[in-house]
Amino acid sequence: MNIIPLFIGLPLGAAFVLALLGKAKEVISDVLINLVTFLLAILSVVLLTFLKDNGIFVYTMGKWFPPKGINLVLDGLSVLMLVVINWIAFFATLYSVSYMRRFTAKAKFYSLFALMLAGMNGVVLTGDFFNLFVFLEIASIASYALVAFGVEAEELEAAFKYMVMSSVASILVLFSVGLLYGLTGSLNMADIGGIIQGKKNLLLSFSLVLFLAGFGLKAAIVPFHAWLPDAHPSAPAPISAMLSGVLIKALGIYTIMRVFFNVYGMNLQLSWVFMILGIVSMVAGGILALRQRDFKRLLAYSSISQIGYIMIGLGCGNYWGLLGALFHLFNHATFKSLLFLNSGAVEYSTGTRKLEEMGGLSKVMPVTGATSTIGSLSISGIPPFNGFWSKLFIIIGLVQAERFTLAVLTVLVSVLTLAYYLKVQRFAFFGTLKERWSKIKEVPGIMCASMIILAVVCIGTGVLFYPLMKVVLEPAVAVLQEGTKYSALILGG
Amino acid sequence: MLFFLSFVVFLIGLYCVVIRKNLLKMVMGIVIMEYAVNFFLILLGYRMGGVAPIVTEEAKVAKFVDPLPQAMVLTAIVISIATLAFIVAICIRIYQRYHTFDVTEIRRLKG
Repeated sequence: MNIIPLFIGLPLGAAFVLALLGKAKEVISDVLINLVTFLLAILSVVLLTFLKDNGIFVYTMGKWFPPKGINLVLDGLSVLMLVVINWIAFFATLYSVSYMRRFTAKAKFYSLFALMLAGMNGVVLTGDFFNLFVFLEIASIASYALVAFGVEAEELEAAFKYMVMSSVASILVLFSVGLLYGLTGSLNMADIGGIIQGKKNLLLSFSLVLFLAGFGLKAAIVPFHAWLPDAHPSAPAPISAMLSGVLIKALGIYTIMRVFFNVYGMNLQLSWVFMILGIVSMVAGGILALRQRDFKRLLAYSSISQIGYIMIGLGCGNYWGLLGALFHLFNHATFKSLLFLNSGAVEYSTGTRKLEEMGGLSKVMPVTGATSTIGSLSISGIPPFNGFWSKLFIIIGLVQAERFTLAVLTVLVSVLTLAYYLKVQRFAFFGTLKERWSKIKEVPGIMCASMIILAVVCIGTGVLFYPLMKVVLEPAVAVLQEGTKYSALILGG
Repeated sequence: MLFFLSFVVFLIGLYCVVIRKNLLKMVMGIVIMEYAVNFFLILLGYRMGGVAPIVTEEAKVAKFVDPLPQAMVLTAIVISIATLAFIVAICIRIYQRYHTFDVTEIRRLKG
């Protein structure tokens, strides 16, 4: 299937064309970026059906075969991430058409967006460690620039903080890649996975710790989370949706899954580390979110909490835990993007992000109000929305693994989630409409459209979770459960 | 021994990022860390008495140094220059807004 390089090439090419379009009419860049993201979203579904029929596929770049050459690997996990990344990117660009009118240099914004997209697609497709590092940096540098896009004082401060922490993370990853190269003489993930199997070595453990710290920083798991609550709210709303919904998962969670499950191989200690990191992020993120007064900042803390759920599910290591983790990853991308787009819509109409200043906005902004209610109910795990199923699967996984205390904590944090989203609903959308907001209007139709589609996805995947589970999630779970057989699969095929 | 030295340089950079209060010194800390890692990668490929990995008549018998880490370092340098250029640009804009380079005074975001 030779369309795989398009996922990197198309946005990369679009980024350069868009950078040249600075002086041209805005409509051209609007159409171009939406065309590219829509095409990629469709292609990701094509790959999904292809994978279902043909199984795992390895694309060798320039016919240099692995382990010498760089390969792109298409398996269940990559395809799940591709579907999530490209569809959310499409909704975000659709939303940007109206939203980004407030900013100057829209074409440059799209150019950076396309670079970030290329980086993320590269990260989830590549089967080579150094290539992974390069794509990680492409996506990260584009995201630094996007966080600072408004060039206000707060945005610059957030961008600096994010840049320093994230650069340190990248350096740690590069250091670890170097260590692995020194130990094995290879850069190919599958090859390294085959060589280091069953070996115990101090340097190997050291490289593992470096990877955990590096990718943990990118994923904003709790001891490494300090940059996220500043960086995500400071970005323009569609970028917040991309960062929170997709970027931390593609650069953090996906890489953690790939490296620890498929290259090093899971063991009991690692699963404990995952669970402890998960529980700490989940509880700390939830408690910190409860006392926020800024709409977007609350959502950012909530992201940390939900990333904790995913880590706990991964730590379980059994079928239900992994399924729950991947399903929660998918769901979190949909509802957190939706909620960030809602917050952007509120900011677009009222010009404020402070929850106390809002009130009764449902009456003047019915679409935003309704979709944000759906998003809030989904993220708090109310049946039949999609968040309910993924949390349920994680809890089943925990019970099967006989971690009853963790299961109870997970349920309690879910209640906490409901509490702070009810706070959002209570302050922003319900209650009496304040005098100063009585004149505002609903946001333009194209912004409403992308919010409505995401809300429909939230309900749709909640009701039809079973086919989704069979088609999209189970191949991805299979990849994680195969663990270190990955090496033989890639190099043999 | 040299590997140990590169690790020490790495730690100096990390110290600089974590402890220093001046934005530009933090940036320098990042650059030092990057150099330490590049140094480490170059060391990985070094062979005692090796020659440049170009196949010629007389070099056929000689030992080559490993070219792959060198290629990696080149890529890493290009990436680090992009990061450095951008981070310094951010520093300049921060100075225009806050009129200081001291991180303890640049804290409008909290919560």
